[in-house]
Amino acid sequence: MTKTASPREMTRRQLLSGTVAVSASFAIGAGFIAAPDAAWALEVTHLKPETMATLVRMARDIYPHDQVGDEYYIIAVRGYDSAEMAEMVEAGISALDAAAQGRGFDSYLSIGWERDRVDILRAMEESHFFQAVRGGLVTGLYNQKAVWPIFGYEGESFSARGYMDRGFNDINWL
Amino acid sequence: MAASFDFNDDNVVVVIGTGAGGGVLANELAQKGVHVVALEAGGRYLPEDYINDEWESFGQLAWLDPRTTSGDWRVARDFSGLPAWIVKAVGGTTTHWAGASLRFQDHEWKALTTYGRVQGANLLDWPIDAEEMTPWYDLAEKKLGVTLTNGHAGLPGNNNYLVFEKGAKALGYKEVSTGRMAINSDWNDDRMPCQQTGFCFQGCKWGAKWSAAYTDIPRGEATGNLEVREHAHAARILHDEAGKVTGVEYFDRDGNLQFQRARIVAVAGNSFESPRLLLNSASSMFPDGLANSSGHVGRNYMRHMTGSVYAIFDKPVKMWRGTTMAGIIQDEARHDPSRGFVGGYELETLALGLPFMAAFLDPGGWGREFTTALDHYENMAGMWIVGEDMPQETNRVTLNHAVKDQYGLPVANVHFDDHPNDIAMREHAYAQGQAIYQAVGATRTFPTPPYPSTHNLGTNRMSEHARDGVVNRWGQTHDIANLFVSDGSQFTTGAAENPTLTIVALAIRQADHIVREMSAGSL
Repeated sequence: MTKTASPREMTRRQLLSGTVAVSASFAIGAGFIAAPDAAWALEVTHLKPETMATLVRMARDIYPHDQVGDEYYIIAVRGYDSAEMAEMVEAGISALDAAAQGRGFDSYLSIGWERDRVDILRAMEESHFFQAVRGGLVTGLYNQKAVWPIFGYEGESFSARGYMDRGFNDINWL
Repeated sequence: MAASFDFNDDNVVVVIGTGAGGGVLANELAQKGVHVVALEAGGRYLPEDYINDEWESFGQLAWLDPRTTSGDWRVARDFSGLPAWIVKAVGGTTTHWAGASLRFQDHEWKALTTYGRVQGANLLDWPIDAEEMTPWYDLAEKKLGVTLTNGHAGLPGNNNYLVFEKGAKALGYKEVSTGRMAINSDWNDDRMPCQQTGFCFQGCKWGAKWSAAYTDIPRGEATGNLEVREHAHAARILHDEAGKVTGVEYFDRDGNLQFQRARIVAVAGNSFESPRLLLNSASSMFPDGLANSSGHVGRNYMRHMTGSVYAIFDKPVKMWRGTTMAGIIQDEARHDPSRGFVGGYELETLALGLPFMAAFLDPGGWGREFTTALDHYENMAGMWIVGEDMPQETNRVTLNHAVKDQYGLPVANVHFDDHPNDIAMREHAYAQGQAIYQAVGATRTFPTPPYPSTHNLGTNRMSEHARDGVVNRWGQTHDIANLFVSDGSQFTTGAAENPTLTIVALAIRQADHIVREMSAGSL
């Protein structure tokens, strides 16, 4: 099962000692991916760690929000690390990497500029894999309650007696 | 005290569906001493059960039984299995409606006479008119406690409305207000006033918004004359050799087929299930389905010309705070062909939470063009366009024999193509909506395509002559005297107004008619 490790559970040395690859945003080790500063780590059991890292990068490239941390994209896609989904995801990410290699890059994850990655995604946006990932993110990303405050959305309201006394008409710039 | 009628009691009126049509009809009949069995496919949810969470509420209340779609409407591409967002529960779609309660304009009862023939459209005048309907609208507005009628004050406007109102006035619009709403602005009918909670579409947890679920239905049940059977999924209506309906076959909550005899059957399953039921009730005597000698069962499907306009400003709006539909501009509802289309449209404020905005702002959209819009969600305002779309014979509900539901019955396929008049009207409305927000300083505006339809009309339409429609001026089918239609599928044309008040008014009137006919021995 996947889990997210807290910073206390992994020091930077421990992290780097187990790391086989570091991209701009991911440290990738045997059976895990992590933030380069060990702010978070994710155990990966059915997918290759590189595959999960690429999937997270793909998710952000589909719905990029610069103010939304990686941890929310990881939560959105970690369900793909399962026996049922592994084959489809490995194949899809393989195709993504093949497209990147076709354009002269080592892998999708190695591409430095978002614009170049998005070009590749646009070319495959009719594919079943892209549509499955994109469609899943609509709820996987935006239906996380922890994401809502980042956008200002206040969520459930009845328990606070609605907005009658909480600014339902407080606009002050008209 | 709760009624319980025998399956073989052939003196009961069986009402299928308990929404604005079926729920009101069932109660009105019960109040007059008629015995009613109401079959409701869904369960019973009350304010304490409603959930202030868009997707969780959707899972609780939405009709999710399978349907298929076809045609050039974008819904068929983006939401191919979900042509409509309606409710499967006691109270029907009155559970999640926004509460807008508008009368038809006088000329809208006579769309063919007023607009003239429109090529490709199947316009027809209703067999009733404004004068006929006035007293029934009076009763409906009293029943629903509609604001700005009967001394009920208008609701206060929220942030989203204040932006809308300023832009409207800047453009010179005159008919701008928080509108006639079936939401209490003060204590009324033993229900408290609106608390501006912002989850109207998820069921009003205060009961401030009128819904048949906690008004007409329990009041009908309290008479001892109404039995509501939940999780009762109507499958077929049966008839005798004389061509009169004899009762309704339905699947109960355990999936067992039951048969309830009936003196009269009233179909009110909303505009997909009602024609589907009539079509699935085909027999050797009625090979094209019940009440379908005209061929119009399922045809002339209308969903209102819809669309939305969202706008971003450089400062916060927080449109999710307060009533989901908080105000209206009615100036464009007039018939004025100089604009390039017949019929008119209403502009009504609308807000979605972040989760639904991500799903509906630009279905299928992705990348920074999409995400930069959501980045400014807090600074967004929004409106919904409700306009009269053209009835077309080819826009229709048919049985999809390739797809069966959980009971083995063919599902409804909904085919819809926009008419050029619909497109012209929508483009005009998008332009006006944009202009309204730009007048208040919007830095970015979005025309948003129609969502899964919440207004579904016309598929068993009223007509003067049997060849032109399915039911007569009473909602009684032309072909079968003891078979009625009581929901929005009766609509001959859609008008520019939200349909619920008209459905309620028709149901009150239909109950009155049915009782008189029963007393006279004609039914």
